[in-house]
Amino acid sequence: MKKIILDSLGQSQHRGFNFRNLLYNNEARAFFFQIATLLIVIGLFYTAIGNLFENIEARGIHTGFSFLKNRAGFDILPFLGNYVVDYTPESPNLSVFYVGLINTLVVAFIGIILSTLIGLLIGIARLSNNYLISKLAGGYIELFRNIPILLQILFWYNLFINVFPHPKQSFSFFDLAFLNQRGLYLPKPIPEEGFLFVGIAFIIGIIAAYFIKKFYKKKHELTGIHTSTWLYTATLIIGLPIIVYLLFGSPLQFDYAILGKFNLKGGMAVVPEFLALTFALSVYTATYIAEAIRSGIEAVDKGQKEAAAAIGLTQIQSLKLIVLPQALRVAIPPTINQYLNLTKNSSLATVIGYPELMSTFGGTVLNQVGQAVEILGMAMLVYLVISLFISLLLNYVNKKMAIQGR
Amino acid sequence: MSVYDQQATRKPPISQIGAILWLRTNLFSSWINTVLTATSLYFLYLMIPPLLDWMFFNASFSFGTINFFGFDIKFSEEMATNSNCGRVGACWPYIYEKLYMYTYGFYPRTETWRPNIVFGLTALLFVIIPLVKNYKYKNRVILSLIVIYPIVSYVLISGGFGLLPVVETHLWGGLLLTLVIASVGIIVSFPIGVVLALGRQSELRVIKLFSTLFIEFVRAVPLITILFMASFVLPLFLEPGNNSVDKLLRALIGIALFQAAYFAEVVRGGLQAIPRGQYEAADAIGLSYFQKNALIVLPQALKISIPNIVGSSISLFKDTTLVLIIGLLDMLAMVGLTTADPYWLGRETEGYVFVTIVMWVMLYSMSRYSRKLELRFNTENTN
Amino acid sequence: MKQLLKLSAASLLVVGALGVQASTLSDVQAKGHLSCGVSKGLAGFSSADSSGTWTGIDVDVCRAVAAATLGDATKVKFVPLTAKERFTALQSGEIDMLSRNTTWTITRDASLGLNFAGVNYYDGQGFMVKSSLGISSALELGGAAVCIQAGTTTELNLADWGKSNGIDYNSVVSDTNAQTLSNYEAGRCDVLTTDASGLYSMRAGSNDPSEHVVLPEIISKEPLGPVVRQGDDAWFNIVRWSLNAMITAEEIGVTSATVDDVSNNPERERLMGRSGSTHEYVGLNSDWTYQIIKQVGNYSESFERNIGLNTPIGIARGVNALWSDGGILYSAPFR
Repeated sequence: MKKIILDSLGQSQHRGFNFRNLLYNNEARAFFFQIATLLIVIGLFYTAIGNLFENIEARGIHTGFSFLKNRAGFDILPFLGNYVVDYTPESPNLSVFYVGLINTLVVAFIGIILSTLIGLLIGIARLSNNYLISKLAGGYIELFRNIPILLQILFWYNLFINVFPHPKQSFSFFDLAFLNQRGLYLPKPIPEEGFLFVGIAFIIGIIAAYFIKKFYKKKHELTGIHTSTWLYTATLIIGLPIIVYLLFGSPLQFDYAILGKFNLKGGMAVVPEFLALTFALSVYTATYIAEAIRSGIEAVDKGQKEAAAAIGLTQIQSLKLIVLPQALRVAIPPTINQYLNLTKNSSLATVIGYPELMSTFGGTVLNQVGQAVEILGMAMLVYLVISLFISLLLNYVNKKMAIQGR
Repeated sequence: MSVYDQQATRKPPISQIGAILWLRTNLFSSWINTVLTATSLYFLYLMIPPLLDWMFFNASFSFGTINFFGFDIKFSEEMATNSNCGRVGACWPYIYEKLYMYTYGFYPRTETWRPNIVFGLTALLFVIIPLVKNYKYKNRVILSLIVIYPIVSYVLISGGFGLLPVVETHLWGGLLLTLVIASVGIIVSFPIGVVLALGRQSELRVIKLFSTLFIEFVRAVPLITILFMASFVLPLFLEPGNNSVDKLLRALIGIALFQAAYFAEVVRGGLQAIPRGQYEAADAIGLSYFQKNALIVLPQALKISIPNIVGSSISLFKDTTLVLIIGLLDMLAMVGLTTADPYWLGRETEGYVFVTIVMWVMLYSMSRYSRKLELRFNTENTN
Repeated sequence: MKQLLKLSAASLLVVGALGVQASTLSDVQAKGHLSCGVSKGLAGFSSADSSGTWTGIDVDVCRAVAAATLGDATKVKFVPLTAKERFTALQSGEIDMLSRNTTWTITRDASLGLNFAGVNYYDGQGFMVKSSLGISSALELGGAAVCIQAGTTTELNLADWGKSNGIDYNSVVSDTNAQTLSNYEAGRCDVLTTDASGLYSMRAGSNDPSEHVVLPEIISKEPLGPVVRQGDDAWFNIVRWSLNAMITAEEIGVTSATVDDVSNNPERERLMGRSGSTHEYVGLNSDWTYQIIKQVGNYSESFERNIGLNTPIGIARGVNALWSDGGILYSAPFR
């Protein structure tokens, strides 16, 4: 018995090659397990792929990616993707993929910003000393967290198209922008010659502001004198481009929306499907972000707040300089995970017909071409890349936020 | 020598007591708070009255007579139909008319007692778990319940084995199907998730690689792509001419694999929280890999992970609504089916509101329940 | 030993192949029920009533085939399918036939390994607008927003029609009928387009049906009918002639009420299998047509019961009237 245990610990003196030794040898066992797993996985794949080809043949399904070049032949709700790709029904199926991808990314991007803002607001409101606000924030979280997101998307969409007015009675903001059931109509910028310089001025402004901020921060650290920099920043980032813009004789025109026979024509329409989807996703995701922020704030030691009060910081200063920086360290990792969830949930837009990846490419194209393996594979790859990107971001932030020992 | 009469204590100013003090400190302590309070009240004013109007004051409740657990309750002389129900407020008779579909789908009416027992058992399970917490053999009780409950439920709902008439899966629908998908998803995926978590922590490179790849891949893609895969692509991977894997089973396979990846990450969190010394001690007393995990590591890791396991399960319950996209008739999909009845056209809003309320009540009580459970199980570790 | 293994493997393969090749009819009769793919809910075509019974004219085709092959119209397993999965379900053998308002096109007939067994409803894509717009022709729709359901041929038809008539529009796509209708009613779009039959049922489900008009233009042909797998001609015949039996019964005036009274009419006797041996040719019992008419009714009965003028959907026969009544419904003769 003792020998067996020794054998199994790999310390046996007798290195003779017998079966029992092999059975109880950790390394041999590990090797065997890994080979077995490998064989099983390969076998599974082999059978599945073999069946796949047989089935595809039997059912007369086409294979390969040549369908990407075929004419799509259907219309897509005009939104950002259409404008960027310049999509028409004559475009190939590959363009549909790009349109869907761009529309998915837009929802994810705006949704992430909006959900962070709402989450931050609700998370802080949850801890407010105003009874009504704190209870409302709690009610908000319990309400929206416990309703399936699919239902919430349907709810907001139907609310928007029923509450906003008909195009003929649009809410108008000084005839520049309009809001109605068909969407939010913004002036469409048409850059002319020379507008490039305005853009360059804007970038220069940002860089200059960054250095000024850095300079005063250093000064603050060295001398303790705090200088407010927001005036410089504003002048550089907003003022500089405006001056250049005027110098070049206003090289930017706007195309405003005007009322046509049925709809507003022209301008840049932000469709209600986008508004509803982004809003629903943000409202839902914000409940999780708010909880993350709240637990972050609660994790900050009470002494920190008291110390901040003791050295005479105002409530807002204490929140901004002492509490939030520490709270965010706890709150950010779960928040970034929620960003990934938000992006994945945007695929539910198919119920309201927002033209994102799964409703255009994974929907109509799949329906017409029928090549589920290729189409779903491409769609999954997109989400895989997005999630990889978000994990990288998370790792970077984690590293950056880690408490630096001095 | 002047006499000092003891003056009666003055009453505190009205602003410093009772309701007014409460209002001042809680609602109007600063001008910002006052503005916030006013805005909130205005929001509530905008939202609540129209909702109440639609749901109650303008709604139709002409159910006729409803038999409620054997008691006849008379709501009105006449039963409402779609046309005399009105369009201003909600038409609740629609819900009553379609309640069976929303609850059981196409399940045969003569066999309704079977899903009813399962509903009852499910509720009982939720009651028993906190009750036995101080019982000596509670782990054994809970474990055996977790094993027995699915078997009994399956036999009851699906029938067969020469005991009960078979009810095929295409007849299951509504709340019943929602519960079946959620519970099968949770129960089947859990062991897979544990194995995957151990695989990811394993020192065997190949196993670690496969587990990690699977977990990361599944967690990166949306559930609906997995459901589409299960629904359209999985049949292509099966032997040609094999139809034994029906639609529900395909969806269940997709959901179980999806959930397994999430459980794996939750359990891995628990595994990582176990101090290194526990592993070393287990090795030192010569336990095998399986003994070590089954007796020492997993019991501790799973206990730590309970809150997250429950949270992940609740998320899955919410996600079951997505099966409507691949054409299964769960509770949400019933809205579309029941409003396609030519005699009840155009009642989607009522349907959606009803499903929302039912889902919310279930999910909210589940999250409250899990929080209570968490507290109860936590108290043992406070020393 | 090796030989033996090879032999048994080969025999297994043969048995497997036979299993696939076996006739759908004997399969159905062995199972004791017919698996029929239907829509997940399209008023009048296939929907479930409050007691969970499937009704509709597509459903009636399934029931007719069940009555013919099994002698019992209730022995149908209805499999609700989405538009995306309907052909896969038929190809894989999950269902025995598909009766799910499916348009007969050359692509589907020739490239999917399927056969269309006939037409049970002649449909066409049309438009519905609010009467308050004061529009009387679809050609006035330039610049309008059009509500449309995703994943169907209607999207392609609309694009073609817009291009050939020089009409630009915005399409607002939704996933379900219900959402398409609520988009249109809320005013998200000016026009709703789908198959004309769908327009009528949507109008019936709207808040005030009198507010909407269906425009006269029909921009496509949509012959809808039952579909079977290619390669089983006997089964194809059964489905085709079950549908034809319903139409013929209407032509010669046999209804479920009068089916017992044949009264020496040679045509009726032939249809009812009292004379001739047509039933042997399709491989069914001699009373197969009797069972269809008795249990399901003739085409007219099915139409009037499910989508006719006395139902909330209220569709007139129109082109779906018999050829002798000015429509195009026509059955090859039972002879």
